[in-house]
Amino acid sequence: MTLLGKLTWRAIPFEQPLPLYSGAVVLLIIIAVLVWVVRRGYLPYLWREWVTSVDHKRIGVMYCILGAVMLLRGFIDAMMMRSQQAMAYNAPGFLPPSHFDQVFSAHGTIMIFFVAMPFMIGLMNLVVPLQLGVRDVAFPTLNSVSFWLTAAGALLVNLSLVIGEFDRTGWLPYPPLSELTYSPGVGVDYYCWAIQISGIGTLMTGVNFVTTILKLRAPGMHYTRMPMFCWTALASSLLIVAAFPVLTATLAMLLLDRYVGFHFFTDTGGGNSMMFMNLIWAWGHPEVYILVLPSFGIYSEVVSTFSGKPLFGYRSMIYATMAICIISFMVWLHHFFTMGAGADVNSVFGIASMIIAIPTGVKIFNWLFTMYGGTVRLATPMLWALGFMVTFAIGGMTGVMLAVPPADFQLHNSLFLVAHFHNVIIGAVLFGAFAGYTYWFPKAFGFVLDERLGKWAFWLWVIGFWVAWGPGYVVGLEGMTRRLDHYSVAEWRPWLLVAAAGVVIILLAIIAQIAQIVVSVRTREQRRDLTGDPWDGRNLEWATASPPPSFNFAALPNVRDQEPYWDMKARAREIGQLVRPEPEYQPIPMPRNSSTGFVTALFAVITGFALIWHIWWLVLLGLAGAYVTFVAFAWRDHDEELIPAAEVARLDRANRAARTARLQERMAERDSTRDSDT
Amino acid sequence: MGELAGCGRAQMQPAGPIGDAERKIFLDSLVIMLAIVLPTIIAVLGVAWWYRPSNPRARRLPDFVYSGRIEIVVWSIPALVVIFLGGIAAIGSQDLDPARPLTSPVPALDVQVVALDWKWLFIYPTLGVASVNRLVVPAGVPLHLELTSATVWNVFWIPQLGSMLYCMSGMADTLYLQASKPGVYYGESAMISGDGFADMHFDTDAVPMDRFDAWVAATRSAGPALDDESYRELLRQSVPAHPYTYRSVRPGLFADIVMLRLPPGAGPQGGLPSVHPLGGSPTHPVAMR
Repeated sequence: MTLLGKLTWRAIPFEQPLPLYSGAVVLLIIIAVLVWVVRRGYLPYLWREWVTSVDHKRIGVMYCILGAVMLLRGFIDAMMMRSQQAMAYNAPGFLPPSHFDQVFSAHGTIMIFFVAMPFMIGLMNLVVPLQLGVRDVAFPTLNSVSFWLTAAGALLVNLSLVIGEFDRTGWLPYPPLSELTYSPGVGVDYYCWAIQISGIGTLMTGVNFVTTILKLRAPGMHYTRMPMFCWTALASSLLIVAAFPVLTATLAMLLLDRYVGFHFFTDTGGGNSMMFMNLIWAWGHPEVYILVLPSFGIYSEVVSTFSGKPLFGYRSMIYATMAICIISFMVWLHHFFTMGAGADVNSVFGIASMIIAIPTGVKIFNWLFTMYGGTVRLATPMLWALGFMVTFAIGGMTGVMLAVPPADFQLHNSLFLVAHFHNVIIGAVLFGAFAGYTYWFPKAFGFVLDERLGKWAFWLWVIGFWVAWGPGYVVGLEGMTRRLDHYSVAEWRPWLLVAAAGVVIILLAIIAQIAQIVVSVRTREQRRDLTGDPWDGRNLEWATASPPPSFNFAALPNVRDQEPYWDMKARAREIGQLVRPEPEYQPIPMPRNSSTGFVTALFAVITGFALIWHIWWLVLLGLAGAYVTFVAFAWRDHDEELIPAAEVARLDRANRAARTARLQERMAERDSTRDSDT
Repeated sequence: MGELAGCGRAQMQPAGPIGDAERKIFLDSLVIMLAIVLPTIIAVLGVAWWYRPSNPRARRLPDFVYSGRIEIVVWSIPALVVIFLGGIAAIGSQDLDPARPLTSPVPALDVQVVALDWKWLFIYPTLGVASVNRLVVPAGVPLHLELTSATVWNVFWIPQLGSMLYCMSGMADTLYLQASKPGVYYGESAMISGDGFADMHFDTDAVPMDRFDAWVAATRSAGPALDDESYRELLRQSVPAHPYTYRSVRPGLFADIVMLRLPPGAGPQGGLPSVHPLGGSPTHPVAMR
């Protein structure tokens, strides 16, 4: 045993320029950004206001930034796969199988764990406490730890690009391929430790949000007055709490197999490889709903706001959400109908899978009736919601078809299946993230995004998605299986070329999104949202300034209605002034900043890296460091600070003035139309 | 006719009773789902457009937020569809259970399938011959396939014939298929199994009975024998350049593989712990071609 375990210079792929160059470029960009930050003197600001912040809004924004950066990484993987399959007809293409296998594994891992999850959790962080009318989540420092552990997992996955290799067995490492015999390298270990570390963060987020939603709500905010996004966040968090321990335990068993010669999943040692598939999907299917439920919540908010109507069938939507939450635990076997389970088992799980389509269908119909009779404004968030409903209807349809076992016998592991889950993950989760991002961006930053570029991005994404994945359905029905690094079937070729063109369209969409941010930031002064309510919103997040002060509300709102803010605005128009008189401003205690999250994650990265490379002394050091960090945090005496009443008053008065001005404007408008009518 | 069957490779041009039945179920469920999905899409787009702010003819109902009748309808429509489709799924699961023997006046031909790194071994236990990467079968005769793996998981799939099924070490799965007409049908592994995965495809030659008998006779008269030693050689990671056959097979070989009395493949060898992302392996399939 050497000092550095398995780590030698051979771990750096000197002879292979592609990952090395890209790694070097990324490293240079990071260094350049750091130098810029330090020289401009932004470092203290970043440390104080972001890195150590325990403010749910800041953490939410950081989650979304992590998701966006990782989306770029995952998308580069996607471009590599699509160009490889476009080239590799009767030819090796530009990626050898050992590299191609890492690319598709990294793509799936990153897109699920480090794009979709951070986006959803980020938007939950940003919005849920505001919608509940409270000051923060239940455990603010834990929230920061959760975020930084997620970032630690993402960092480990990206480290594998230049030091060693990543998993080659797919985004779920099925044994026996992932066992030490068949995957002797460090790829599976990178995967496992990255997911274990970020998984702990996700589990803590689940605990945090379940507690927040059940225990912290503004006065009068009954369960049946909570906005639909809070309901879906609750369902999603409950699923996290129930499902993520299964993932952690399953990967722990695989790690025990790989590190200390256990035989949970080795068929030769009395273990059973099928058990891994069983356990991983007991987490994996709920995971799909962990992602999609919050996005259903986003669509509910967006459709209601931009139709100018309350959500149709609110209680029905709650039943549908909770039904999905529960049934999602009873369908996991449909991921392996073709494993020979037998007709009875297959039909039970097939029917259970279809049953999920009932509450999902109900949701679509209720959104439809929310628009019915409303005034539908086609702003960018609403376009995403409409694009979702159309795209997801098709994706849901192919999902139900895959739930028919005898049809699945011919579709499982084909490109049809891959097209299906891209159809729902992009069409529902990612579009939901984009809808939520455009909808709540002004809340987070105080100015609205450019609508013209936003619409470009929307159309390019929708068209790009269908050009890229429509062909997937076709080649799937031509017998093409997934994960092929080369092939010799002529019928597949034209469709794969079309799919590659689709990826180019998506690239343009992403460029439009980047341009949207740049243009909007540069013209932000003309796009200021002074009132805090740019879309004529209905829930409490719009009842405070944009961006909200750290304490969210100068005085906690009193909720009297299912749409508290809409109710307030309606009453204000009646009485001709803001509903609530200026409160007597009190100093507000808020949790202090804490570097616990950042430091813990730093030690988590060290521990994970040391475990991957078998550097045992460093493992002990990392664990000890993390423990000391925890003890230091637990022993701190002074954990809150007071925001002085004068500061609260200053911030709130500014916002009240803007709202009063707009109210008068509205009333003048109303009076003038009334005059012209009479 | 044979040529026609050979040019299509898809589930939509099935060449046997299982593939036919599964195609029918696929199309039935597609039509049933489209019947509800298409009107929904049209309604979504139609309603969104009709209620645009600039449409003076749209009747605004800002307080229309609940209707018991509509709720009953929106819960009932998907529920009825699922009851209907669930029936199809339940009956289809029984009828098309992979392990369910096909009804046929002709007795089924036994074929034992072993997934290896990275090739397919087909053993004909009743005929005493074996073939690598080429499955020759008589057309019109049911096939009784027993599937296992002597390495990681693979999925055995001939799209034109029907159902795919997992091949896993330490167990044997049963699958019944049949090629109704002569032709060459594309077969593949549908589960990532390592570096040589993309080369794990094979041709299924369905031939008339007399040509099948001739093939068996020719196979018996030439080629190596499959015994424990040549099997060990076969276990090593490699991608054969061409399909080939064994003139004889040691009896009980398949049972010994399934019961793990013959240990499964040992994975990547040659002192190459796959540290490099692009390091490749001595059996690099592209290099071997």
